[in-house]
Amino acid sequence: MSVLVVVEHDRGAMADASLEAFVFARSIADQLGEPVEALLIGADAAGLADVCAAHGAVAVHHAPIAGDYGPEAYGMVIASLAPVLSPSGIVACGTDRGNEVLAHAAAELDLPFVANCVAVTAADEWELTRVQWGGSLNEEARLTSTLPIVSVAHHAVDAEEASAGATANVMEHIVELPEWASRSLIQDRVVLSEGLTLATAPIVVGGGRGVGSAEGFDVLEALAAKLGGVVGCSRAVTNNGWRPHSDQVGQTGTRIAPQLYIACGISGAIQHWVGAKAAKKILAINTDPAANMVVKADYAVIGDLFEVLPAIEQG
Amino acid sequence: MRVLVCVKRVPAPGAKINITDDGQAVDATNLGHTMSPHEECALELAVQLVEAHGGESHVLTLGVAEADEQCRWAASIGVTKATLVDVGTMGWDPQRTATALTDAIRSIEEADGPFDVIIFGNESADTGGFQVGIRTARALDRPMVNAIKGVSISDDGATLEAQREIDSGMEVYRLPMPCAIGVKEGITWPRYPTMRGRLASKKLAVDVAGSDAAPGGQTMVRLNRPEETVSETVILGEGAAAAPAVVELLKELGLWS
Ligand SMILES: Cc1cc2nc3c(=O)[nH]c(=O)nc-3n(C[C@@H](O)[C@H](O)[C@H](O)COP(=O)(O)OP(=O)(O)OC[C@H]3O[C@@H](n4cnc5c(N)ncnc54)[C@H](O)[C@@H]3O)c2cc1C
Ligand SMILES: Cc1cc2nc3c(=O)[nH]c(=O)nc-3n(C[C@H](O)[C@H](O)[C@H](O)COP(=O)(O)OP(=O)(O)OC[C@H]3O[C@@H](n4cnc5c(N)ncnc54)[C@H](O)[C@@H]3O)c2cc1C
Repeated sequence: MSVLVVVEHDRGAMADASLEAFVFARSIADQLGEPVEALLIGADAAGLADVCAAHGAVAVHHAPIAGDYGPEAYGMVIASLAPVLSPSGIVACGTDRGNEVLAHAAAELDLPFVANCVAVTAADEWELTRVQWGGSLNEEARLTSTLPIVSVAHHAVDAEEASAGATANVMEHIVELPEWASRSLIQDRVVLSEGLTLATAPIVVGGGRGVGSAEGFDVLEALAAKLGGVVGCSRAVTNNGWRPHSDQVGQTGTRIAPQLYIACGISGAIQHWVGAKAAKKILAINTDPAANMVVKADYAVIGDLFEVLPAIEQG
Repeated sequence: MRVLVCVKRVPAPGAKINITDDGQAVDATNLGHTMSPHEECALELAVQLVEAHGGESHVLTLGVAEADEQCRWAASIGVTKATLVDVGTMGWDPQRTATALTDAIRSIEEADGPFDVIIFGNESADTGGFQVGIRTARALDRPMVNAIKGVSISDDGATLEAQREIDSGMEVYRLPMPCAIGVKEGITWPRYPTMRGRLASKKLAVDVAGSDAAPGGQTMVRLNRPEETVSETVILGEGAAAAPAVVELLKELGLWS
């Protein structure tokens, strides 16, 4: 038996989030005294076997189905291979794709699926800690299942190689998918930005209600440009229509993990904090020294962001 | 076009979320109730689809009798039909919830005709199971994609084009209708209830159903507050005078060039 990692990739490019799934899977496999194995779905994923090996997979199963990503097709591959590979657990990272693929597989197998776990005690019955409210609360849960299917909350563990340079045994599995499974494949892509994005930028300059207006964000844009970062915002800002929702950081926005998050005029409500806490360092700029953001940040400047930001930008 | 939206009643917490002493629930004393921002946007989308293509919108919720409030909220922004599956608790696990919703949808469809689109939130605001929509859609054999932030219907009404925001742009899915989607906040701008909407919501007839769905395999034991690594905040200064200290910090972190 083994713990099986479902690898996330986009047209053959490994998603960094998958590496977190390997770390989580290793922690479960160690408890069970079992190895980790990987599942690569899609003909375009063939090149990823060595990365899987370096991250601890002793065997790599490859289902070379044709075509782009589709939640139903990928879910059906997992559901078809589960009885063949009979792992003792299935793990993926709790991204948009990771969670939906496991949910489709679990629905097909009529088994429970536990999303966004941060810890697992694996025995006959699994005991899990998972996040609620986007990470504001933890839930302890018990899982009764013939095949535990879980995702690990994104950013809950740090990716770490297990055995650099290792190679894995690759096994191909031909999976016949029902015709309907292709109805939800990606048909097209629209590229909107070539450069840095909120999820990947090394610096995010975030603005909240304290910025006061859409134009107020000019000073944040200027500093972000100078530092090679991007601008983010709180829900108060998107609700006011000052920035598009794609800039929102938090429970119902983007989870960021930059080197530095500069939070300006943001009070630090829990729903915002959970999207920002994976930042390596946080600098709060706020007129209120008692604001939650100031209290929780690594660094703070107390003052009016419209005085502080231009002064920083000028060096 | 017939559109169904599934919403879940949850407490409306402030900037901090408190837990009851027994660890079994969020302490909702003095809190109102609401639904996820994703679901608010889902309701708005349903109303917009019906405004553009004609037809009827319907809201479905499972939980306690008080979820009547969320049905009426839906009506206040233009949804015209409502079904509440009253199971006397908000504590049904995701599999059980999905089975009960599937049964409810089947009986609504038997009475009123099939839905062209079923809209879920990407995840519930509180327990965030990321699966009830997918399980329900699979049981009804409807194509389903989650995390959708843009929607359009083809001219012939046969296909729903759904866009998912990714890091650098959008993925485009084209689902044959009838279909289901899970949507994220930002897909629409929820409107505020009008005076007429408020009146309509008072008059709304909410259909109440029950369910005998069997439990699934996930059991909640208790809630905890995650441990926080409390770091002493280093105050770099006040106002513009703090700028040199910030620049020093940026240099130290290798982020100043
Ligand atoms: C006191 C308490 C005890 C609980 N005990 C348990 C337990 O023992 N085991 C367990 O697994 N869970 C338990 N839960 C959580 C459980 O009740 C979840 O609410 C349920 O599993 C569905 O939510 P989800 O987070 O899985 O939904 P998701 O899969 O995140 O929801 C996705 C979408 O599905 C729709 N949806 C979800 N739920 C509903 C609903 N009720 N009505 C209408 N539409 C809905 C919405 O559109 C939502 O946006 C408990 C919750 C409470 C408050
Ligand atoms: C289910 C749910 C999901 C949510 N999801 C999100 C989410 O994804 N993201 C999110 O952000 N929120 C989310 N929220 C909302 C969240 O609870 C807060 O309402 C929101 O984050 C507040 O935004 P804010 O900090 O900008 O505004 P406020 O709380 O109003 O804070 C403004 C801050 O600006 C400071 N300030 C004012 N003027 C200045 C100035 N000139 N210079 C410096 N500082 C100044 C003030 O001291 C204050 O601290 C969610 C809520 C719920 C219930």
